[in-house]
Amino acid sequence: MSELLAAQGLTLAYDGTTVARDVTVVVPPGRITVIIGPNACGKTTLLRALARLLAPKSGNVVLDGKDIRRYGTKEVARRLGLLPQAMTAPFGITVADLIARGRFPHQELFRQWSVEDEAAVQAAMRLTRVTALADREVDELSGGQRQRVWLALVLAQETPLMLLDEPTTYLDIAHQLDVLELCRKLNREERRTLVMVLHDLNQAARYADHLVVMKDGAVVATGAPADVLTVELLAHTFGLEARIVVDPVSETPMVIPVASLERPD
Amino acid sequence: MLVLFAVSALVAALAMTIGTFRVELADVFAILVGRGDGGVGERIVMTIRLPRVLAGVFAGAALGASGAVFQSVSRNALGSPDVIGFTTGAATGAISQIVLFGGGPNQVAAAAVIGGVLTAAVVYVLALKGGMVGGYRLLLTGIGVGAVLGALNGLLLVRGALDDAVSANLWLAGSLNARKWTHVYPVMLGAVVVVPLLALAARRLSLMEMGDDLAKQLGVTVERTRLLSVFGAVLLAALATAATGPIAFVALAAPQLVVRLGGRSDLPVVGAAAMGACLLVAADLLTQLAPWGANLPIGRMTGIVGGLYLIWLLTRGKNL
Repeated sequence: MSELLAAQGLTLAYDGTTVARDVTVVVPPGRITVIIGPNACGKTTLLRALARLLAPKSGNVVLDGKDIRRYGTKEVARRLGLLPQAMTAPFGITVADLIARGRFPHQELFRQWSVEDEAAVQAAMRLTRVTALADREVDELSGGQRQRVWLALVLAQETPLMLLDEPTTYLDIAHQLDVLELCRKLNREERRTLVMVLHDLNQAARYADHLVVMKDGAVVATGAPADVLTVELLAHTFGLEARIVVDPVSETPMVIPVASLERPD
Repeated sequence: MLVLFAVSALVAALAMTIGTFRVELADVFAILVGRGDGGVGERIVMTIRLPRVLAGVFAGAALGASGAVFQSVSRNALGSPDVIGFTTGAATGAISQIVLFGGGPNQVAAAAVIGGVLTAAVVYVLALKGGMVGGYRLLLTGIGVGAVLGALNGLLLVRGALDDAVSANLWLAGSLNARKWTHVYPVMLGAVVVVPLLALAARRLSLMEMGDDLAKQLGVTVERTRLLSVFGAVLLAALATAATGPIAFVALAAPQLVVRLGGRSDLPVVGAAAMGACLLVAADLLTQLAPWGANLPIGRMTGIVGGLYLIWLLTRGKNL
């Protein structure tokens, strides 16, 4: 059985400093996987490695049953899209022009803009509800609108797999929920496989089908949120004394923080 | 963009009618299409004015395209080859040749190209950090290296023999005076070959402006694209400088003007080239029409105009 996306024994390093060691993760197809863990545990690094932005020191990433390094860069970009944490909108660019850039991997040198490109951009704008903003400049938008525009860029890429690095950062609570609901819709209606890094444990528990918990560059637990999120795990991984109750809205585990334990590091 | 090309061509044609010996516009066209009468006018146009104008057109185009690429790579409107030291480096090459070795125009041109490319290599290596070249790092390193080379240029001028120093100074002023076909060919070839190649890379460069990670995930080979485009842009800047001497601000202003006029979202390499050609030839025409009689060096002219433009840009810019 060939895997859609999986990491096998990854060791990851920046400039000789090892950030993650022997990480093995399988991304379940058609599901929402959320990676959680305390700061500097290697979540973003793992996501970058899964999207071949960072070459592993050892181990490999398998995409559609084949080592990701054996694909051309544009070929990967047609199968897997990543929304990084930090992006810059070029000066004066309009929403529609920015989203259109997501079509780059589908374009050739002499076949630049097609009916499919136009359709993909329109669909992405509709899903993220930015159609009305199409001719506005990205600089003028609010933070929530801008995040939806970036999401639309990656959507327009039309990849079956989408990796999102903290898509809710810098957004207020209502916009966070808005983005997460959109992600769920992409998963349930568009059948896209999602992998997200999230900070908020309760949001992770609510939106994830599959949780990956990391600490100090290693995966410490994986599975359904109800099975993974335990009092012991929170104490051990996050240094948090907490109670776990059932979220009255979604009936998923809900973490109620009690106190910060002395970090075991 | 077509408008820009048309304007350049028109200004260029106009420039060819002007001088001590007046040639009518119609005659200029006749001569250009090979239907000249073989008289004095034809000789003047073919051996003096055409090389001058073409040197201006291609040097301007090279500078414009080079500036567009640098501004994109450094993600900063100030990241143009004259600001980040490459033009100064080319000048160092040229002045060394004049002062230390007493070389002729061709050797000086070659030395300018070598100086520019070497400077770029040094700046690039110094700006490298963990296999990546960041925008600000490139800019600051370039300004630092440029300052050192500027001082070195001054030193060479002071230490050199008086005659050499004078001709070095003339070269430093930047000029289209007395350009021969030998000045034109290298920069023409460079512009004709490299500008289209950079235009092909333009879309990738535009994607890289959004951030390396986003560009990479879209399938752009970021470091390779950056290295190759910077190399092409350096080559263009060095060839232009070799042909005309250092010309200020064309590289800085041309891409900015095109963006403000056109408002396109992709990096306008070809547009900047057309704008650069237009600016340089127009500046040359102005210097010749100027009432001082003493042919004002074009490098100074673009410096004055470009400096004013830069101040204007700084006072109203929010993205610098």
